[in-house]
Amino acid sequence: MCVGVPAKVVKKMEYSAVVDVMGSQTIVGTIFVPEVELGDFVIVHAGQAMSIVDETYARQSVEEWRRLVDARNAETVQ
Amino acid sequence: MEKYISLAHGDGGELSHRLIKDVFIEAFGDGNEALFDAAAITMSTNRIAVTTDSFVIKPIFFPGGSIGKLSVAGTVNDLAVSGAKPAYLTCSFVIEEGFLISDLKKIVTDMASEAKKTSVTIVAGDTKVVERGSADGVYINTTGIGIYENNNDCSFEFEEGDAIIVSGTIGDHGIAVLAARGELGISTPINSDCASLNKMLSEVLKSAEGVRIMRDPTRGGLATTLVEIAEDFQLTMKINERDLPVKKEVHGVCDLLGFDPLYLANEGKAIIVVTNRDKDKVIDILHEFPEGSDAVVIGSIIGKGKGQLLLETALGSKRLLTRLSGTMFPRIC
Amino acid sequence: MLEMLKQSNNPEICKPLVQAVIEKSKEFQKKFGRKPAFMEVCGSHTMSLARTGVKQCLKDDVNLISGPGCPVCVTDQRTIDAMIALAEGENRIICTFGDMMRVPGSNKTLLDSKIGGRDIRVLYSPVDAVKIAEENPDKEVIFLGVGFETTIPILTLMIGEAEKRGIHNFSIWMTTKLVEPVLRYLLDTGEVKLDGFLLPGHVSIVLGEDSYQYLVAEYSISGVITGFETAELLSGIYKLIDMALAGRVAIENNHPAVVSKTGNQVIHQWLNQFLTQCDEAWRGIGVIQKSGLDLKPEYDQFNAKKRFTVEVGEPRKTKCRCGEVIRGLISPNECPLFGKACHPMNPIGPCMVSAEGSCAAYYQYMRESF
Repeated sequence: MCVGVPAKVVKKMEYSAVVDVMGSQTIVGTIFVPEVELGDFVIVHAGQAMSIVDETYARQSVEEWRRLVDARNAETVQ
Repeated sequence: MEKYISLAHGDGGELSHRLIKDVFIEAFGDGNEALFDAAAITMSTNRIAVTTDSFVIKPIFFPGGSIGKLSVAGTVNDLAVSGAKPAYLTCSFVIEEGFLISDLKKIVTDMASEAKKTSVTIVAGDTKVVERGSADGVYINTTGIGIYENNNDCSFEFEEGDAIIVSGTIGDHGIAVLAARGELGISTPINSDCASLNKMLSEVLKSAEGVRIMRDPTRGGLATTLVEIAEDFQLTMKINERDLPVKKEVHGVCDLLGFDPLYLANEGKAIIVVTNRDKDKVIDILHEFPEGSDAVVIGSIIGKGKGQLLLETALGSKRLLTRLSGTMFPRIC
Repeated sequence: MLEMLKQSNNPEICKPLVQAVIEKSKEFQKKFGRKPAFMEVCGSHTMSLARTGVKQCLKDDVNLISGPGCPVCVTDQRTIDAMIALAEGENRIICTFGDMMRVPGSNKTLLDSKIGGRDIRVLYSPVDAVKIAEENPDKEVIFLGVGFETTIPILTLMIGEAEKRGIHNFSIWMTTKLVEPVLRYLLDTGEVKLDGFLLPGHVSIVLGEDSYQYLVAEYSISGVITGFETAELLSGIYKLIDMALAGRVAIENNHPAVVSKTGNQVIHQWLNQFLTQCDEAWRGIGVIQKSGLDLKPEYDQFNAKKRFTVEVGEPRKTKCRCGEVIRGLISPNECPLFGKACHPMNPIGPCMVSAEGSCAAYYQYMRESF
């Protein structure tokens, strides 16, 4: 069992979807994420999509790290 | 001509004769060698390189090549990394009864085309046919003979600070073949990197004096081959994770399936260890060839006396790399 | 979006984050006179922390203890032996996740059985097992159902599929584990002193952030739900130290893009429909009540334990100390067998050979020299 990777939904079928991971593609089940849309990123585990990645939260996380890093850099400079 | 290989094609009689004539000699040309039990070759030197390899890859046709192309390129590369100019090849076939003759023709055409590209002559061969079920399609063995040219030799003497170069992206062949097998449910645009490197490597040896060693990282991947060099010559080598050339599609498949590109097979890449002084020259030469366009320095020798390979992570910590162990990658070359 | 997701491994962000964590930890050390100690309870966390170098970079400042995060490793030896014995039956196709193949049984491994001619197949996507059952009606197809809450729902999908297609030759050998009962066990026994938990990133997709409130309410211990990329791991550890310094006890969701407050409700429905709580035996611990999930009685026909009997003797005694490793009592390199008698090519216990095993993670990713 490997770590879930974010994969982009490029084709939607009834209970599954074709997802793209950096240019390579595979089919995953979407029964656990029935609300998934084309273009969404999903976390894949053992052939099933488990969760849809929320872009707003993803961005917030990156901004949070950047703030932490900038605050530290500012302190170090002083 | 018949459609399928039968046991009669391997019994040495009329059908065998026709098969050799219509398929093998048709592709490999000349025809004189077939008159004798052995090919007579005159060499200008008494120091030659000899190597042999068997190819059991499945599937036999894959994106970027075939077992035919591979059986020539693989042996050519073994000679090339040894510093010898590939000159002659033999080829032996073990074919399963029922194999499509049209597929055999395709394979043999690929071999002839690769031999022509590398200026290698196929001078001897053998064909055996086994009952259905006793082999899986076709297995090929090629033995290669190479001649040491008046280039610089690999010195096999190492110093701290020597650069470790890989001639291009790693893991392409492994991923292309695994995907082509259809068992993993992955489709990928990655092609095998299967390629003959003799012309490129000969140019490297001609122009750069400081080459220490060259090896091709096939089964077991880049990491396994580097570990072998480190252990064979008692060197501490360090490679940098952030410098490793890996195509993003290969990363994607590896992430999805839990593979590590460091341990995937390559069939068109070379590792070159060279003096620090000559590393830029070697990179420039490699970049002039399509097979070497992504060549990059990935690390260096950081010590002598202890045979180990270290990886420096993107965060700056270091860890030991060992040979491939545990993961099963059957029949990829 | 992809560019944003890639930032989690950007050295320009990650290297300063390492320094930030070290500095925060030094504040902690100054205040409390010791290093902060956190336990990660997810095998994939153990692997990621080791592979990215985070554990190594923090080794002088943060005590990161691997816990019972690997489902194969926490399965007791008798169950492992039973699953391997299952493969010896006639007319069976055993389907399993890859890392079960080389786990040592008392007599042999599944790989040994496969080499010996048994039909054992490694599946990346377990639902393929149902298709195999359909294609082989004269064989019994059994899937080895090992896993925590991320994997368990996928087992229910298989039952649903088998039921829908009217398949009668398919079953699962259920040996699943739940996170909450084992965390409670560790906290109740108090064997390891911890300042907080790094909570599993994907199990939490299923459980949701709110499901961990018992850690705060009953044990006064913090937890941060974290992803697997370098920046996610580092910021999660940072938050844990920060909370400890402030004397604040809380559950924080550091993986909000993927983990919600209440978890995946669709998955909950599947779990509730097919499964019921059961007692499970844990390596090095023994039976923990209601620590696993088994098929409800109405699905007995898909329950391999109800359909097949397996005889196994007492497990062979070895010097393997996996049981202590998974409880965080010792670090892999403190086991006398580590790297000597026990290594990936010759594992004595599952921790050395499982894809999420602590000993495997240490051996592959944390040794700096021989």
